[in-house]
Order: sequence, then C-alpha cells, then structure tokens
Amino acid sequence: MNFFSWKCLGWVLLLAVLIIAPIGRGGYIISVLSLWLVYSIAAMGLNLTLGYAGQISLAQASFMAIGAYVSALLSMAGWPWLTTVPFSLLAAFVVGILLGYPALRVQGHYLAFVTLAFNTLVFLVLRNEDWLTGGIYGLSGMPRPNFSLFGFTLFDATQNLHFYYFILLLTVISALALWGIVRSPWGRAFKALRENPIRAESLGLDTRRITLLAFAIGSAYGGLSGAIMSPLVQFIDPASFTFAQSLRILLMVVVGGIGSFFGPFLGAAMAIILPEFMRFTDKYYLIIYALAVIIVLIFSPKGLWGMVENAGARIATWRKARATS
Amino acid sequence: MSQFIQVILSGLATGSIYALAAVGFTLVWQAARTVNFAQGEFVMLPAFFVLAAMKFLHVPFSLALVLGLAFSIIALGYLFKQLIVQPLLYQQQSLNLIIATMALSLLLKESVKTFYSGQAEPFPSLFPDTSSNFFGAAVSLQDILIVISALAVVYLLTLFLDKTRTGRAMQAAAQNPNVAEILGVDVKRMTLYTFLINAALAAFASFLITPIYLAKFSSGEALGLAAFIAAIIGGFNSIRGAVAGGILLGLLDNITATYITASYRTALPLVLLIAVILLRPEGLFGKAEGRKV
Repeated sequence: MNFFSWKCLGWVLLLAVLIIAPIGRGGYIISVLSLWLVYSIAAMGLNLTLGYAGQISLAQASFMAIGAYVSALLSMAGWPWLTTVPFSLLAAFVVGILLGYPALRVQGHYLAFVTLAFNTLVFLVLRNEDWLTGGIYGLSGMPRPNFSLFGFTLFDATQNLHFYYFILLLTVISALALWGIVRSPWGRAFKALRENPIRAESLGLDTRRITLLAFAIGSAYGGLSGAIMSPLVQFIDPASFTFAQSLRILLMVVVGGIGSFFGPFLGAAMAIILPEFMRFTDKYYLIIYALAVIIVLIFSPKGLWGMVENAGARIATWRKARATS
Repeated sequence: MSQFIQVILSGLATGSIYALAAVGFTLVWQAARTVNFAQGEFVMLPAFFVLAAMKFLHVPFSLALVLGLAFSIIALGYLFKQLIVQPLLYQQQSLNLIIATMALSLLLKESVKTFYSGQAEPFPSLFPDTSSNFFGAAVSLQDILIVISALAVVYLLTLFLDKTRTGRAMQAAAQNPNVAEILGVDVKRMTLYTFLINAALAAFASFLITPIYLAKFSSGEALGLAAFIAAIIGGFNSIRGAVAGGILLGLLDNITATYITASYRTALPLVLLIAVILLRPEGLFGKAEGRKV
C-alpha cells in the first residue's frame, strides 16, 4: 500500500469514528461533540487567516456572533434555518472585507489589536442595542431545522443525534471546501505570502488582495459556525462572543498546529472535549491549558499536529532503514 | 465647572497610570520587538502579590509593597524574559511569541481567580484619601499625588536612560543590537534590564491604580488595552509619546463617561485606536519606522 491509500484509509476511519462515536451516548456527550464540530469550523476559518495568510485575528468570536445573530433573528422571523445560512455567511464575509480592507494595511500585532478592538465594539453593540439583540439577555428559543423530502423526514434536528450528523455533514463540506481553497492557485498564493511576502509580491501576487480574501473567507467560516451554534444551543448572548472567546479560538488553532489541515480539529478537541474527560482537574483546567499552550509553542512550534507529523516521519525513516538493512 | 475640574483631575490620574504601563510596553518593544499581550495582567498581578504577602506572611503594608515589587521584578521581569521570551524570540514564526504572551495572560488571570480570589478585593491606598476645596471644586489629594509620583518615576527613568552609562548602553542595544555588541555592550544583559524595568513600572502602576479600581483578576484586560492604545497613540517608539498617549486616553475616558455616553464608554478608546492605526500608524507623536512587509 502506498502512502496515498494509507491516507485515504485514515480519512475513512476517522469519519467512521465520528459517525459511531455518539451512538448510544447520552444527550450531553452528543452536545459536547456537536459543539466541538462547531468550534472546529470556526478554528478552520481562523487557521486560513492565521496559518495560511499569517495574520493574527482576535475577532473570530465576533464573526461567530454576526453569523449567530443574523441566523437567529431571521429564523425567529419565520425563515427556515437553511435559508438564513447564506445570509450569515454573507454578513460575516462582507464585514470581514469592510474590517479587513483598512485593517490589513497594518499587520502583525497592530492587526491583532485592531481586531481585538473590533471584537469589543461588536460586544458593546450587542449588549447595548437591546431593541434588536435582546441586550444582555440575548436571544433564545431559535427553532431547529427540519428537513423533509416528499413527506419523508430526512433529518429531525430536534433529536440531538440527528442534529449531530447534520453538523458533521456541514463540517465535512466546509473542510472539503477549505481543502479545495488551500490547493487552488489562491491557496498557493496564501502560502507564498506567509513564507516569503517580499518574494510573493515580486512574483506579481497582489498580496493585499489575497490577504484580504483569506481574512474574509476565514470570517465567513466564523459566520457559518455561529449560524450552526444558534439552533444548536438555542440561546445566544453577548457574553458568548467576547474577546476571551476569540482568544480561545486562536489558542485552539495554535495548539492544534498553525497552518496544518487537521490542527484546528485537534486544538478544538483539546479545548472542548478534553475538559469533559478531565473533570478531576475541574477549575484548574484553564490554567493547565494555558500552560500547555506555552509549552507547545516553545517545544513544538507546529503544535500537536506537528508532533504527529514528526512521529510519522520518524516511523517512516525507521521502516525505510529496516527495509534497506 | 467644579465637576469639570474633578473630571479632568481624575482623568489625569488614571492617564498617568496608563502612561506607566505604556512606557514599559514601549521599552520592551524597542528592546526585544516583543509585544506583551499580558501587560494588563502584569499590572493586575503585583497588587495581589502585596495582598498575599499581607494575608499569608502577616507583614505590614509598607513591607508588603516592597516584597510585592521585588517579587514582581523576579516573576514578571526575570522569569518572563528567561522562560518565555528567550526561547521564543529566535523562532522563525514571530507570531508564536505574541501568542505565547496571550496564553500567559490567560494563565495569570485564571491562576489569580483560582488560587486567590474571584472577587474584587479592596486594596489600601498609598496616599491619604482626603479632598481639599479648590475654587469650589473638591479636589482629591490622592489624584494629585498619583499624577506627581507617576510623572516623577517616568522622569527618573528618562534621566537614567539618558545620563547613565547603563542607560545609554540599553538604548544602544535597543537601537542597533549588532553594532552595540561590537562596541562592547552586553546586549543580552541590557535586554534583561529592560524587562526588569518594565516589571517594576507595571508594579508601580499596579500599586497606584488598584486603590481606585480594586484588585480583581479580570481587571488586566482593560488595563492592557489602555496601555497598548496609549503606546500606539504615542507611536510605540518614544517614551514621551507613550506618556502623552496615556494621559490623553485617561482624559478622554473620563470626559466621555461623564459627558457623552456611559454605556459606550469603552468604545471611544477603541475607535481612537482604530483611527490612529489606520490613519497614522506611526502614532500622533512618533516618528515613522521603516515598515516591514
């Protein structure tokens, strides 16, 4: 078996695990897994901005907020959930462009602070404009989507397990879309930009436009994740989308491995699923987590996925050495 | 009118405390190209060191202040530099150091919340909290003393940097490490000094601001942002700029809260930040630095 088919097998196994994992579990485990997928989507988007285009954004939670509130307001006005999703995506994308266009003139830590400021501004608007957003009490009771085809119910999302599979489907679609983007000429341009901006520019890439696009697409992923979160949790309030939340998503990307495809899933798992298994650490979890992030950064700058890759490379050389001897 | 004087004075007081944190921010940026996202927590923490010293070691307040300062310099200066900045500074991805300081801010915040207290703790004042009558306005003596002592500290710092041999070596190491090294300056040591000074400034800011806003694990967020905004307004490369930025921000903060809108109080500095970064990235008082791509 060559490397490619091993990879395919890995994909199929992973998907199988994700399909089997929640069967027969309680509603709580299923909702934790669902939440993990939702955050993975947000982290995937941020990974495009951070990992492929090399820009620190501390506003991913505010794009989730935009997606969540747009979807919630529309679906509470009677729209079917699925029709609200394009608007959530579009809103996050457009705001991403509007914020990114001026902000990407400055980079690195400047951009980090501009996005941080933006996140706080969004929080303030959500909190203060209660005629629209419900203020600190937020919005609740968003209906969950329901799909029937020819009178046959395909997904009954009022059931947690059905909704989990639906979210899994959306996650796979968005992961495939990202896979496509990263492998397209655009995606190569993102990477060129991160590796050597001056060279990329001298080769005729319009670096600013590409960065802006990466930022906006990353934001749209945030919007999608928010749009899914709204019917999943059925309660959204400004406190769920603070700067701290953005930082949390950023750390997920970093821990998982900046710029790696699976990194965001690993990082989100460490932030969302692992605490459930480490109940004994309880209130110390965030402390341990923050410490782990620093240690990972110092010893494995490529994150957890980098460790996995290193281990893989070591096994490969070991096998090669054994085959030749 | 009397209200106006009070608002201006308390604005000056908070502004000069922001200035202390902003100056530290600027120094560390110049010396090690490190943006410390945990700067706010560096201002939050020393007050808790003092409280802990009083609670567990049963020492008087004045001695606790000294211990708090010393411990801050060791933990937030020396250990921060050696354990976090040093290993990450020379990594290829410069983002990692910034992100590590973000994780550090979370670590410090959560540690205080878990191991000390999640509540806002009162903190004794350094100065008598009396107010005297000044043209019909009740002027707080504490505010005046805060402004004077904060500015005095910054003034002493500039004297140290400009007039002493070590101070000038520190400036040289910050401006051009390679040439400074050739000329016999111990660049590593000078960079370390900068981190120690930053920690001391943060501790001093902490002792001044905590009596006003209480000691709370989460207060670092707003403080760090204020310090950064002040540094940005000041141009990130000059001490005077950072001081001016801090004071401007403090004044603006108090004026908006009193006269314009309380619910959007925190928004104005942010809008100011975005405007300055977008329109004049070199800051209102700074010189333009050659921009790296």
